[in-house]
Amino acid sequence: MLLVAPAALYVLVFQIVPVVYGLILSFTEYTPLQRGAPTFVGLQNYAALVGDADFRGALWVTARYTLQVLPVTIAIALVLALLANRSFRGVGIFRSALYVPHIVSLTAVSMIWLWMYSQNGLINDILGTFNLSPQHWLNEPSSALNGVSVMRIWKALGSNMVLLLAGLQTIPKNLYEAASIDGAGRWHLFRHVTLPGLRPMLIYVIATDIIYLSQSFAEIFVLTSGGPLRSTTTVNYLIYTEAFEYSNMGSASAMAFVLFAFIAALTLIALRGGRER
Amino acid sequence: MTDTLPIDHQRKRRFSRAERGRALNITVLLIATLMVLFPFLWMISLAFTPAQEAFRDVSLWPSNPTLENFVTALTVGNLSRAFVNSAVVALVAVLTNCLFTVSAGYAFAHLPFRGSNVVFYCLLATAAIPVAVTLIPLFLMASSIPFAGGNDALGRGGSGLIDTLGGLSIPYLVGTMSIFLVRQFFLGMSRDLAEAARIDGASELRIFWSIYLPISRPIVAVVAIFAFTGVWDDLLWPLVVSSSARSQTVQLALTGFTQSGNIQYAPLMAAAIIVTIPVLLVFLFNQRHFISGLSEGAVKG
Repeated sequence: MLLVAPAALYVLVFQIVPVVYGLILSFTEYTPLQRGAPTFVGLQNYAALVGDADFRGALWVTARYTLQVLPVTIAIALVLALLANRSFRGVGIFRSALYVPHIVSLTAVSMIWLWMYSQNGLINDILGTFNLSPQHWLNEPSSALNGVSVMRIWKALGSNMVLLLAGLQTIPKNLYEAASIDGAGRWHLFRHVTLPGLRPMLIYVIATDIIYLSQSFAEIFVLTSGGPLRSTTTVNYLIYTEAFEYSNMGSASAMAFVLFAFIAALTLIALRGGRER
Repeated sequence: MTDTLPIDHQRKRRFSRAERGRALNITVLLIATLMVLFPFLWMISLAFTPAQEAFRDVSLWPSNPTLENFVTALTVGNLSRAFVNSAVVALVAVLTNCLFTVSAGYAFAHLPFRGSNVVFYCLLATAAIPVAVTLIPLFLMASSIPFAGGNDALGRGGSGLIDTLGGLSIPYLVGTMSIFLVRQFFLGMSRDLAEAARIDGASELRIFWSIYLPISRPIVAVVAIFAFTGVWDDLLWPLVVSSSARSQTVQLALTGFTQSGNIQYAPLMAAAIIVTIPVLLVFLFNQRHFISGLSEGAVKG
């Protein structure tokens, strides 16, 4: 018990107390700069969010971002994991190399893509060789979120692939042999042996991806600062500006709890969907 | 691969088809790997390209490679100061995590007490809380820590731990996921050794310290890696808590390079490389632990 005490005390003070404190804050109006205490306003913050176009927009951006990055990155990661699951000389090099984007921090990786998307950057260079006109990738409301999404798909590939690979390796080899003897083709093997065997890991990967993606901040901060015209303002980014630029701690806290519920709902849907079949 | 008829010519054909499949397999992997690594190759090449050339003709192999960007990155911005700050906070977090999560995880696995399961699941549940929920309260708490930064006993009047390394380290000291991983690790370990030592009259602390800790190197490595990368790669908390150059971290210093209207990409890439090197080294020396730690939670959880 003595061994648990320091960790438990830390979590109590710096994890559980803040959650309670945040919940209380979300029912108050509080601007620390004015040196006053928080004033209780009931459900007013939450009610205001319902009619807040900026907040609804941010929820929509967050949902779109999460749901468009997730399937693409998982599909590509799955193909790569299947390819890297064979044993041949040098397969370790591929596995490590594909993992590199995961190791480099989101901020640093965003810097590279900021340059690649810039006016004289790599992507416009490549377009130029095909005589296509340069685009302002991150400055157009129609393309900015997709631009960030492509970066994030690339960034998330490595860890997803490694996890799916670990999942593939837990599937017993004799299942494949038995199914082959019964005359199952490649597609049937994938559909009836690989996918069911991979399901626990697949669910885990999807759930953790949802949790990470729906809290996107660093890449938005670096690449677009939420713009243009708020087209890339995620909820987390909005919370940051609301709390630390406009100093509205109460309303920002309410946003955080709505985000919490949103993430929990998405994750539960994913878990439920994974269990049924 | 599907038919297993032992006819000679059929086996031969099957073999060549398998070989072709393998060549295709490797080719696709190779192309994918090159595409994934491509941005990094450009980052490295740009970092060695003279800053004046970087706006025009950048090539994958710089014609006049130079180290000037690295010098610029370290001297112009706040990167060297930030590097020390990040290293100090990361070191503290690695130490506290190794100390507290390993001992707690061990106790949850081998020394259950009344209500220990409840405590464990409470701790684990906090791992699911989004950062945004605790961000604001933690900031307000950090700013009103009593007797710090000019505060009085009630935590008022000053700035508390805002803009200090102490304030920076608050969210990283104990990782709840790490407690979970350590517990899983010790659950998979035999208790016979502990029983034998207990009969010989060894104290619980002695059993932990001299028997289990020495054989738990792999999990300690995982905990240390998580703690280190957690501090090193974070942007949001430093952004909130640090308000001046004296408490900037590496990721924050990186964003400093993009704040001006006319971004100097060549020094920026050099800075990004400098910031990445420590994590890359940690990864290279612990590759095995890195990946096992990542998948541990999924397989056993």
